[in-house]
Formats: sequence, C-alpha cells, structure tokens
Amino acid sequence: MIRFVVRRLLLLIPILFGLSILLFIWVRALPGGPATALLGERATPERIAQINKAYGFDKPMITQYLTYMKRVTRFDFGQSITLRKDVTAELVRRFPATIELSMAAMLFAVGVGIPLGFMAAKRERTWFDYGAVTASLIGVSIPVFFLGQILKWVFALKLNWLPTIGRLAPTRELVHHTNFNVVDSLLAIDGGALWDAIKHLILPGIALGTIPLAIIARITRASVLEVLNDDYVRTARAKGLRTSTVNRVHVLRNSMLPIVTVIGLQTGLLLSGAVLTETVFAWGGMGQLIAGAVLDKDYPVIQGGVMFLAIVFVLVNLVVDVLYAFIDPRIRVS
Amino acid sequence: MSEPLLVVDDLHVTFKIHGGRAVRAVDGVSFAVRAGETVGIVGESGSGKSVTALAILGLLPSRGVTTSGSILLNGQQLLGASEHDMQDVRGRRAAMVFQDPMTSLNPVLTIGRQLTETITRHLGVKRDAARDRAAELLDRVGIPEPRQRLKNYPHQLSGGMRQRVMIAIALASDPALIIADEPTTALDVTIQAQVLELLREVVRESNTALVMITHDLGVIAGICESVNVMYSGRIVESNERHHLFASPRHHYTRGLLASVPRLDGAQGRLVPIPGSPSDVIAWSEGCAFAPRCPAVSDACRGQAPELVSSPEGGTLRCVQPAPVGMPVWSGR
Ligand SMILES: Nc1ncnc2c1ncn2[C@@H]1O[C@H](COP(=O)(O)OP(=O)(O)OP(=O)(O)O)[C@@H](O)[C@H]1O
Ligand code: SF4
Ligand SMILES: [Mg+2]
Repeated sequence: MIRFVVRRLLLLIPILFGLSILLFIWVRALPGGPATALLGERATPERIAQINKAYGFDKPMITQYLTYMKRVTRFDFGQSITLRKDVTAELVRRFPATIELSMAAMLFAVGVGIPLGFMAAKRERTWFDYGAVTASLIGVSIPVFFLGQILKWVFALKLNWLPTIGRLAPTRELVHHTNFNVVDSLLAIDGGALWDAIKHLILPGIALGTIPLAIIARITRASVLEVLNDDYVRTARAKGLRTSTVNRVHVLRNSMLPIVTVIGLQTGLLLSGAVLTETVFAWGGMGQLIAGAVLDKDYPVIQGGVMFLAIVFVLVNLVVDVLYAFIDPRIRVS
Repeated sequence: MSEPLLVVDDLHVTFKIHGGRAVRAVDGVSFAVRAGETVGIVGESGSGKSVTALAILGLLPSRGVTTSGSILLNGQQLLGASEHDMQDVRGRRAAMVFQDPMTSLNPVLTIGRQLTETITRHLGVKRDAARDRAAELLDRVGIPEPRQRLKNYPHQLSGGMRQRVMIAIALASDPALIIADEPTTALDVTIQAQVLELLREVVRESNTALVMITHDLGVIAGICESVNVMYSGRIVESNERHHLFASPRHHYTRGLLASVPRLDGAQGRLVPIPGSPSDVIAWSEGCAFAPRCPAVSDACRGQAPELVSSPEGGTLRCVQPAPVGMPVWSGR
C-alpha cells in the first residue's frame, strides 16, 4: 500500500510538468495581455512594451518558461502583476477558504445525495423514486452561477435569513491560525464565531454542492439497485438479519465503490465550480483569485492557481484509490 | 410417525409482471417434511422450485407478488407472517443454502464476519463467543484450519470450500429445517459428492429436516427419502425415492429419468425430453406437459388432471400414466 502511494506521488511529477507547459502556452494564447489589462484606456504601444519588458514577456517563450520553472521548483510562483503580491503567499492564504467551501459543499452533497439515492432505490418505481430522479436531473442542469444568484436573492436579500457575501460578519474578531474559519473559531472556543462561519457557508455550500449532490444521488441509486439484486443480499436476508443490518452492512457498503469514484471526480470538478461560486458570494478564496486573474491576464496567478488545484485534484484521487482498497479486499490482493 | 415439521399446503405464488400479465410460478403445491427426513423437489428450469423455497422463508419480493395457501413450520403459520417475525424464523429455525457459493457470499466481508453476524443475531452471544462458535462450525463442515479461514475473504477459498461455508452459516443456530436450492449445481462433480455427503451427515447428526431442490436426479438418488416432481408450477408426481425410480409413472418423470445417465452404471441410450419447458399450455387448459408428452391423447386436454393418490403409494397427476413397475430403461 505504501509503495502504491509513493508510486502515485512520483507520478504527480510528470503530470504537473506537462500541465505547467500547457498552462504556460494557454495563458499566453488568451487575447490581450497583462499589460493591456493593466493599462486599460491608457494603453499605448510604448507603455505596453515597457511593461512587457519589465516582466520579461518580451523574451522568447522558451526562455520565459525556463526562468519560470527554475523558480517554481522552489515553490515560488512569482509576483502577481495586478495585485503586486507574492503569488505563493496569496495562494496559501486563500487556499483554506476554498477548501472550507468545497468541504461544506461535499458534506452537503454526500450527506443528502447518498440517503436520497438509497431511498429512491429502495422505493424503485414509486413516486418518491420518480421525484428523486427528476429532482436530480434538474439539479445537474442548473448552472452554479445562476443557482448562486437565486439562493442569494431568496434567502439573503428577500428573507434575510442568511448573510449575502463573505466568510464572516465584517465586525467579527477572530484570530486566524489556520484560515479555516470553522477550525479557527473552534480553536478560539468561540461559539458565536463558529455559528457565524457556518451561516456564511450554507448558501455557497448549497450552490456549489447541488450538482455533485444530484450526481451522487443518481450513482447511489443505480449502484444500490444493482446490489439489491445480488445474491449475497438475499443470503443476508435469509440469515434473518434485521433490515437495517442488511442495508448498512451488505447493501450500502457494497454499493460504495462507484459512489466513492464519483465523489472523487466531483471533488475535482468542485474546485472549478468554486471559481463561480466564490465570485457570486465574494468568498475571497482561490476561485475568486483565479477568476479575477483570468480577466486581468495575470499570468503568474493563473499558472500558480491552476497548478495548486491540479495538485489537490490528484491528491483527492489518490485518497479515493486508497479508499477503494479498504472497501474491496479483492483490489487489495491484485 | 412424528408430526411433520413443515407442512406446505396448496401454495400459490403469482407474479404480476410488466403489462399486467400474471405468471403462476407456483400453482397449488403441497408437501410435508419431518424432522430428520430429506425431501426432494425436482424439475426442469422454471418449474417453480426456487419460488417455492423463497416463499417458505418469506424471501419473495414484497411488490407484485401474491401468495395463498398455508405454510406451517412446527404449527406456526409462515405465510402472511410479518417481516419482523420472519426475521426471527430465518436463519434461526429455517435456514437456506443457495446455488452459487461465489455470488451468495458477500465479497467484501470476511468469512468470519459473515458467520458471526448470524450467530450474534440469533444466539445473542458476545463477539468472542461468536468467533469460537464460528470456528467450531467451520470445523464441523470440514474446513481445515478454521481459525485462519475466518480471516479469509470468499475469493480466497475454492468453490467447494465456499459452499461448506454457506452450509456452516446455515447450521449456525441449529435450525430445524434447511432448504438447499441446487447446492451442488455450481460445483465440480467430485466436490458435489463431498457436499452432498456433508449435508447427509448434518441431517443424520442433528435430525434436521432437509428440502433438497435440484434438477439433478442423481442428487435425489443420493440423498432423498421421498421426491416431488414439479412441472410448470405443480407437483405432477410424488413418491418415496425407490418407488419413484423403480416405477416412475408420470411421463414427465419418465422423461427426466431417461435423460440422465443410469445411476447403477448400466448402459442405456440417453433420451432428452423433446421440446423445452416453455412449450406449455396453461393448467386450466389441460395437462401442461401435453405439448411434449409421448402418450398425449384428447383426454389430456380441456382440464387439468387431478393430483390423486395412487393405490401403490405416492401421488400422480396424469390421465394415462405408465403402468406400475415399468422401469424407464426397458423402453417407453
Ligand atoms: N421475481 C420474479 N418475477 C417474475 N417472475 C418470476 C420471478 N421469479 C421467478 N419467476 C418466474 O417463476 C417461474 C419459476 O421460477 P423458479 O425460479 O422457481 O424456477 P426453478 O424451478 O427454480 O428453475 P431453475 O432450475 O432455473 O432454478 C419462472 O417462470 C420464472 O420466470
Ligand atoms: S396427462 Fe396426458 S399429457 Fe399429461 S403426462 Fe399424462 S399422458 Fe401426458
Ligand atoms: Mg431455481
């Protein structure tokens, strides 16, 4: 198992290497450039050339790449052009915000999606099942941005139940050790701050979690339906086990493999959904940072940010693969 | 003779399938089993053997199925009993062994876990005691190094070993009744004999009642005291085993016997039953076997032949049965 994990981590190196090249070329293929974005209406050919020279964008692409990679190996992603800040420091500072949001979204998606899919399967071809299937179809097709705006309008602006933007009330004082607000408020033993952090997480969490929820519910339903027809479930019932035991020990556990797979994949997609959600709710995480950077053609921020997300994506899928082996002993041997 | 342990009386099971059509999978089946007795149910695929077994244990799907008749286990009516009550019967008083030991065991749980969960469920013992009992059971069904095997997963065992595990699970709380649904069909021939021997031993040692479901007359010959022959949801002939083999009277029974190699090793030509089990007519229109029967006549159509007791013992559902004492092998 350890060898497997190490091998996968080593595999990360060529993946990230290839990604860095693609990214490098892609950002430079975007129309316009950082200088144009920075100068806006004041742009003149001379000033653009001047800024490009200052950041080394006038050199050949290959030279630029080599200089860039030399720094990246020291985890230095350079300076942001528009924010004039150290990209690595900025990413590290904002990273917890994005992870906290993603985890809230995933918690919602898994916590609702698995029971929903399970109950739909157990009540196959009843109104509950049809309702769940229809709801999940709607769920996957709602754009995150749109859902975010609707939720904000209804629950924050009209009903005034929940905050509209940000991660904490502006007046709240909280010492940030980890930048995970939930963790920090627990460390500070501050119930008010904890509740505040959670309230801020609800709407963005739902906006971001709805698509994965719908997908998880659908996969769970399909997987449970298949397992329910398996012979060992009949054996479990023939043993006289209580229905709850049969469901928990035999049905759910055996349905988990495909569910865990989509959870892993969805976690990756979540990170891209976070870009939109964070914009709607002014979340101040990596998503918002990257979204802004794309508009400003802030090459170092885009490159660093996407690399960061890629690393998270690969690590999440590594965790999924390890979980696999725990769920299914047949994978463990081979 | 003692009172029968299991009495199935006029059992009907009807499936409502898509399009509102109804399939009478079991259509008025009656039989009884005493403690220590092994009763066979034999018939081709689709004759309703498994559905009968599942009905006894209340394992049929709850939706789209209607059942009627009576199933008494030690005097307790099982048909229509609540799921909760049936959970106390299943695995405790009546256990089942299924056909395919590869798919019938949960691939992601250890053998030990699958054994102990039955034991703790029914015997109310603690984990450690349950493990001891589990090892004992594996030992009893002839699995070497039982303590080690408890930690194994099903895929680490051979097919024969897995079926022994299934039998161990069935034996976990000393049930009075075991229903074995084609327990040897998925196994190699040599292993089949061993598993049958094991079941025979269990019945003898624990005075268990055994219902042996099979399409293999060889299995019947090896283990059953009496036999029910099923065709298209009904019993068409039943008798004590040696009578049935010596003097099969229903033409379907005779067809089955003619289509298997002779059990005493003597030479004879194997004659498969013509047609397939799907060439049936509804019992309401006559004998379901009529489309395939070599002795069919007009009398066989119009209404179903009644199941009647024959003076020579056993029961028979045929208007023109073969004469008494005419073995299949002297020609038919
Ligand atoms: N869940 C179900 N829904 C609809 N029809 C069913 C269902 N289960 C069984 N049947 C039907 O009931 C009939 C009897 O099936 P059963 O499984 O009892 O046959 P069997 O004698 O056990 O045959 P085999 O030797 O193939 O196991 C078949 O016609 C089958 O199509
Ligand atoms: S009743 Fe007629 S068709 Fe049916 S088995 Fe007897 S002879 Fe054949
Ligand atoms: Mg069957």
